[in-house]
Amino acid sequence: MSDRVLGGCGLLLAFFYIWQATQIRVSFISDPLGPKSFPIIIGAMLGLASLYMILRPDPEPVWPRFARLFEIAVAVAVLAAYAMLLPELGFVISTALAAAFLSWRLGAGPIAAPVAGIGISLGIYAVFHLILGLSLARGPLGL
Amino acid sequence: METLSNLADGFVIALTLQNLFLALLGCFLGTVIGALPGLGPSNGVAILIPLAFTLGLPATPALILLTSVYYGAMYGGRISSILLNIPGDEPAMMTTLDGYPMAQQGRAGEALALSGVASFVGAFFATWGLVFLAPQLVKVALLFGPAEYFALFSLAFATLGGIASRNQAKAAMAAALGLGIAMIGVDGQTGVPRFAFGNVHFYDGIDFLVAIVGLFAVSEVFVFLEHRGEARGAGQEDKMKLGRVTPSLATLAGTGWTMARSTVLGFLSGVLPGAGASLGSFISYSVEKRLVDREGTFGTGDPRGVAAPEAGNNAAAGGALVPMLALGVPGSGTTAVLLAMLLALNITPGPLLFQSNPDVVWGLVAALFIGNLMLLLLNIPMVSLFVRVLLVPPKYLMPIVAMISFVGIYGISGSTFDLLVMIVFGVIGWVLRKLEVPLVPIILGVLLGNEMESNLRRALTISDGDWSILVGSPLAIILWALAITGFVLPMLFGRFFRMRMRHERAGEEGADPD
Repeated sequence: MSDRVLGGCGLLLAFFYIWQATQIRVSFISDPLGPKSFPIIIGAMLGLASLYMILRPDPEPVWPRFARLFEIAVAVAVLAAYAMLLPELGFVISTALAAAFLSWRLGAGPIAAPVAGIGISLGIYAVFHLILGLSLARGPLGL
Repeated sequence: METLSNLADGFVIALTLQNLFLALLGCFLGTVIGALPGLGPSNGVAILIPLAFTLGLPATPALILLTSVYYGAMYGGRISSILLNIPGDEPAMMTTLDGYPMAQQGRAGEALALSGVASFVGAFFATWGLVFLAPQLVKVALLFGPAEYFALFSLAFATLGGIASRNQAKAAMAAALGLGIAMIGVDGQTGVPRFAFGNVHFYDGIDFLVAIVGLFAVSEVFVFLEHRGEARGAGQEDKMKLGRVTPSLATLAGTGWTMARSTVLGFLSGVLPGAGASLGSFISYSVEKRLVDREGTFGTGDPRGVAAPEAGNNAAAGGALVPMLALGVPGSGTTAVLLAMLLALNITPGPLLFQSNPDVVWGLVAALFIGNLMLLLLNIPMVSLFVRVLLVPPKYLMPIVAMISFVGIYGISGSTFDLLVMIVFGVIGWVLRKLEVPLVPIILGVLLGNEMESNLRRALTISDGDWSILVGSPLAIILWALAITGFVLPMLFGRFFRMRMRHERAGEEGADPD
């Protein structure tokens, strides 16, 4: 079933892709092939492969239980929030928060996780910013 | 001989203090990365590329650093295979078969030392193979026109899809996704934006580094989140006695021929586009088993069963560099990542690289020799240090991996948008891994897509729109024939082959895609 769903998504994507490719505006000077053809070929390939997956799906993979899936979704949300807060809070604070969350969810205890988060954040800051001179996001504290 | 004098020039470049230091650093980091379960050559190199790039290292030193990491990771993968029965990366899978039984018999140190020597032999001779084969391939490649290049890229996708995946349709889908992603952005030849949806961020296209780090490194974090709490990882190695950490001369002598044969086989499977190191170690092990396993000791801790896959996978690692440097077509997942780095540094591999930047090529080759020697020296006496690395539990390791990925990508562009795109790729990577869609064709598509299209368009401009130019020369016809064989043949034999591989060692889900 999972393969069929993926194949279905792939097929929709292929149609959308080919439709978008036909919408590309061609300027008046162009090479014989133009900018549309290759994307259309790719879209067709995607469509064919997806069709095959719908017709001949592989055995079902083992999906995690709903709670785990939800947890992965939360982790994605946290990482996205991290990406957006990085320029606001600065590297050290936001990284400490994100790393602490991840290590907590990966099994570190309620004390170990924040310690690990702060340690990871300061460690990366020391190695990449202080030693290697990479510019990291700067926050209100100048860190 | 011209090649040897080139190589001598390469040594002059590689033997500066800075480059030696970078090689040593790379070897050390690489061994650590290879040893850690969950980090392998592809994702290890992937998270380091943006860093090497943002640190502003020039091309040759950056390349030396990262290829040392690549070779080092190939060495390091064996450590957790032998001690924990968990391959540090997919090529090291076969090493668990005899390595772990040896460790259980209290001969862990011997197994580690022997596999270190085998890795050295494999990589050393494969590097010589690279020295002599690559310039020959370059001579052939100079005959290539746009039509032949288009056929060559198709060949790479076909064989990669054929050999690296169990299901051709999924490999084709992955390739199409990658190529499709590469099309996003302003078209180089006519200047019209494609698939940008009016979003300025898309006009430059999607940075392949963002895609690679997302697919390989960020998705790994999700895999670990999914499997938290399951028996996997460190904990039991303190019980393990290392024993003597030098191989006895008798063992070395007994495995000499095994190493020699495995090196040749590994190198050849590395040179084939798409096959890579996993195939190298698998073929070496199976052939040795058939040839020399008369008493049925393979699988119960036979030293030859440790030497064969290690020599094979390290030789394949060297062999995979041949098509990558000479043709610009990578032979494995990790070399695809190395190709990404070359492109990021504005170096286009291929025949012209040997003419316009011989210093890069030969400096790199010399660095491989030096790195190899360093790895042997690092790995024999200091192996107990690397063993300690295995004690880092994933709950601290994976946040570090994630955060370093963010640092690297943020360092390139300073853009939150790129970070979000990277997370999206991480999720896509996780889902596709669950469904056994190979990730390497996606990377290859993203990397080669624009080059492939522009060759097609150039060919059709030459022929004024006549498609028959694609099969217009004997060379092109040969390439197409190989591509079709490479795609169809595994449908007949591949299933059997992969099943054997799974049968011999129940596959690790989400193992490193090399």
